[in-house]
Amino acid sequence: MEKFVKQEGLVAPMDRANVDTDAVIPKQYLKSILKTGYGPNLFDEWRYLDHGEPGMDHSKRPVNPDFVLNQPRYRGATVLLARENFGCGSSREHAPWALLQYGFQAVIAPSFADIFYNNSLKNGLLLIKLDAQTVDRLMKDVHANKGYRLAVDLEQQTVTTPAGEHIKFDIDPATKVNLLNGLDEIGLTLRHADEIKAFEARHKQEQPWLFS
Amino acid sequence: MTARTLYEKLWDSHLVHEAADGTALVYIDRHLVHEVTSPQAYEGLRLANRKPWRVDSIVATADHNTPTRRWDRGIAGIEDPVSRLQVETLDANIKEHGAKIYFPYLDRQQGIVHVIGPEQGATLPGMTLVCGDSHTSTHGALGCLAFGIGTSEVEHVLATQCLVMKKSKTMKIEVEGALGAGVTAKDIILAVIGKIGSAGGTGYTIEFSGSAIRALSMEGRMTVCNMSIEAGARAGMVAVDEATLQYVKGRPLSPKGALWDRAVAHWRTLVSDPGAKFDKVVALDAAEIQPQVTWGTNPQMVTTIDGKVPDPKDEQDPVKREWIERALKYMDLKANMPITEIRPDKVFIGACTNSRIEDLRSAAAVVKGRQVAPGVKLAIVVPGSGLVKRQAEEEGLDKVFTAAGFEWREPGCSMCLGMNDDLLSPGDRCASTSNRNFEGRQGPGGRTHLVSPAMAAAAAIAGHFVDVRNF
Repeated sequence: MEKFVKQEGLVAPMDRANVDTDAVIPKQYLKSILKTGYGPNLFDEWRYLDHGEPGMDHSKRPVNPDFVLNQPRYRGATVLLARENFGCGSSREHAPWALLQYGFQAVIAPSFADIFYNNSLKNGLLLIKLDAQTVDRLMKDVHANKGYRLAVDLEQQTVTTPAGEHIKFDIDPATKVNLLNGLDEIGLTLRHADEIKAFEARHKQEQPWLFS
Repeated sequence: MTARTLYEKLWDSHLVHEAADGTALVYIDRHLVHEVTSPQAYEGLRLANRKPWRVDSIVATADHNTPTRRWDRGIAGIEDPVSRLQVETLDANIKEHGAKIYFPYLDRQQGIVHVIGPEQGATLPGMTLVCGDSHTSTHGALGCLAFGIGTSEVEHVLATQCLVMKKSKTMKIEVEGALGAGVTAKDIILAVIGKIGSAGGTGYTIEFSGSAIRALSMEGRMTVCNMSIEAGARAGMVAVDEATLQYVKGRPLSPKGALWDRAVAHWRTLVSDPGAKFDKVVALDAAEIQPQVTWGTNPQMVTTIDGKVPDPKDEQDPVKREWIERALKYMDLKANMPITEIRPDKVFIGACTNSRIEDLRSAAAVVKGRQVAPGVKLAIVVPGSGLVKRQAEEEGLDKVFTAAGFEWREPGCSMCLGMNDDLLSPGDRCASTSNRNFEGRQGPGGRTHLVSPAMAAAAAIAGHFVDVRNF
């Protein structure tokens, strides 16, 4: 897992509810057997005017000037501010890969879909849940102020506005430790290998049909 | 002993380790693997010099990229080289690491991973079952804990046979009463999603219960559990009853003889105890559920066949209003338009939601002796597996469909998400038995209306959505 400690950066708004992972990264890019190369195809159908396919030179494709991430003021954004139920739908981990490879380090929203939430944290993409009113207020500030930036501090569990307001957020303590240290979760689990083996032996005795 | 929900029983019986903060290691009995979400996981294993923990927990198939036509062409039939490489990579990974069973592309038992699991007895009551696919919730119909995971978790299960999890909240959805004629499992789950919303189940495991759920066939229960994820819940489940045991008996991987009797004794305990506490309870009256049709770009955007496309003006919340406006624009629908005036260009009967034998029978019953309407450019039936396909052919259903003007295809995920060449063209409107109506889901610019197999069949014949009960 990649580390996440702090991030201070430009904020881009994704001002719509229920953004699904099909929108984050369309299916044709899921054909790849690699973990990299998804950044140019983040929000592909919204971002470009033509239909994209793997293997194209995406830098030469016509971009949709109305799409928020194509507006010059949001170029280089590292924090995405989104609405309710961000990341719903498909379990594709290509969604957090695409967000990270585009350059986002953190996403702030009132709620996230469960599988997307897990997938993101396992890749060091920090998802921050703030209440809907706070997100609404930040959304207005982002729209109103060019160059609007936020500072995210995982250690302190705060989002800090340009005015110096510290907004606290909650995160599961174990997940926080993993993120701060970029720990290898499989390695951590394998420390329990003896316990897993003991469980497995017992389980096989109790429900042998699960092993036949 | 305190009364426990079915979820709690499954959780407790798979708990390897629990930390003081509730973070748990949960043992996984069955790991279903397909070509799209596994290559990076196997690559991760290789890079870390690790091996799969328990190869005989793995059941694998290629389903997302596989063509539904011209299987006589062999692997060359996968024309897109990127897709072909992904399918070949699964072959290579299974060859290197092994699996309990593997149905590669072109195998007679190949099919959608969520159809072949139950069909083969690879899905059993009381299991924990995962797959790198959100519709893994399907398998909960057999009284097991089944949920979708991402690729990092696929690698984690391969390497450790466990997942790191926290216990979810529990929701009971009780559907009491009798469904009307022509109203199906698909209508139940769409009505549930319409009621609780596409994030209503986030953070929960849903148990579907009540007399209307118990009256469903196992196929129907799979349809309901399949779309738990469209209500936001990673897992949905139904308690074990006689129908479950009947379904499981005699399947290739089901226990036999004395082991069967032992298993059944255990499986009969897989129900929520009387008095078990759920964090949330939602009730629906089955008699009130009408055939459902989605009108928007999220499964929650659903109404009844006698309903109308909503008017954004009626929505007070500005975020929701904007969401509805955007959906109507994408779907090219006018506010207040009757659902029965919507005319699909294409009809897709298939997907892990509705591609089992019962689904095909229900669609064929509507189609029999009739013709696909001239305005419908393409109507396809894609069976969920090779076994479903052959059974349907033995029953003559393929002839019913082809005589009416439907195409009868080879099994796979097909037009549910169009990773193969079964895609909508921009602007196409589709009556689909799949599970997602997101923008571009069935093809860029495509417009999806989710319905039951009988409703999709009726729309194909009528040329517009129509109440299958009067058809």
